[in-house]
Amino acid sequence: MILNITAVFLCIAILVMAVIAVIHKKLVIAIIASGVVSLFASIIFLLLAAPDVAMTEAAIGSGLTTIIFFYVLNKIRKESNG
Amino acid sequence: MVRKFLIFILIASFSVIFINLYQNFKGQDKLNDLSTYYAENEPQELGAQNLVTSIVVTYRGFDTLGEVTILFLAASIIGFFLKIKESDKQKKRDLRKTSEILETASKILVPLIFLLGVYVFANGHLTPGGGFQGGAIMASGMVLLLLANPEKNVKHSLFSGIESISGFTYVILGLLGIYFAYGFLDNRVLPLGQFGNIFSAGLIPLIYTFIGLKVGSELTNIVGNLKETQKETE
Repeated sequence: MILNITAVFLCIAILVMAVIAVIHKKLVIAIIASGVVSLFASIIFLLLAAPDVAMTEAAIGSGLTTIIFFYVLNKIRKESNG
Repeated sequence: MVRKFLIFILIASFSVIFINLYQNFKGQDKLNDLSTYYAENEPQELGAQNLVTSIVVTYRGFDTLGEVTILFLAASIIGFFLKIKESDKQKKRDLRKTSEILETASKILVPLIFLLGVYVFANGHLTPGGGFQGGAIMASGMVLLLLANPEKNVKHSLFSGIESISGFTYVILGLLGIYFAYGFLDNRVLPLGQFGNIFSAGLIPLIYTFIGLKVGSELTNIVGNLKETQKETE
């Protein structure tokens, strides 16, 4: 029961975060929102008894990808300024 | 206007596809034939406690080799496009000073993160996790190190060396399976050992260690490349 409620809450949170990631004007917030989508998705994978997938999603999806997005964003900003 | 209309059509067709998937979904209350075979015969055949690992490394080992190759290609293409010129190395970036919290935390956390990564891929045949996950964890430890010391650079020659050696060893270990066991990437070259021990499941821990090193050094190289090209346009 508690697991079901948690899963539904996480799914709604994922949808909200995904919409924020698409439509938000500030790119930094959009990147963080897309990282949060991966983090919540990894919790859902854990609830669905797939710990292997959950570890990959948490490490790559919400960790490395977010950092790489930030580096790329920084580079794009510099080029558009100068 | 036309663009919005196209986006609307795209979303509508997606929803049709997903409604179809949702309506045809039937939960299975028992394993299908292939899963039953794996669940019943895997402990005697391969001796790995984690069934997922035995499928990823041995039953479907060739797919894993393909995945590792794809990751290698992605890393080399990124390295090719983000070339670091000699003149860029002299350029200095005016960096903000790293915060005290990040610096201190990185000193304590980075060794622990590395240890966790090694644990995850060395125990890949016993507990959830494996080479890809452990490698990604180690790479995120390296990212923390880079964030805490922004003036330092990744040693690309070291990581490329680790990556090539472990990729080469992975294929050699796979080839050993042809001569000493029942096929390419077969794990029964070494004795299977006691089920559930750290030294068990034949070649699986060795292969996963090399995959972990390869994935970790590749991801570190990607992040290092991206970090170093930050100073290009100054």
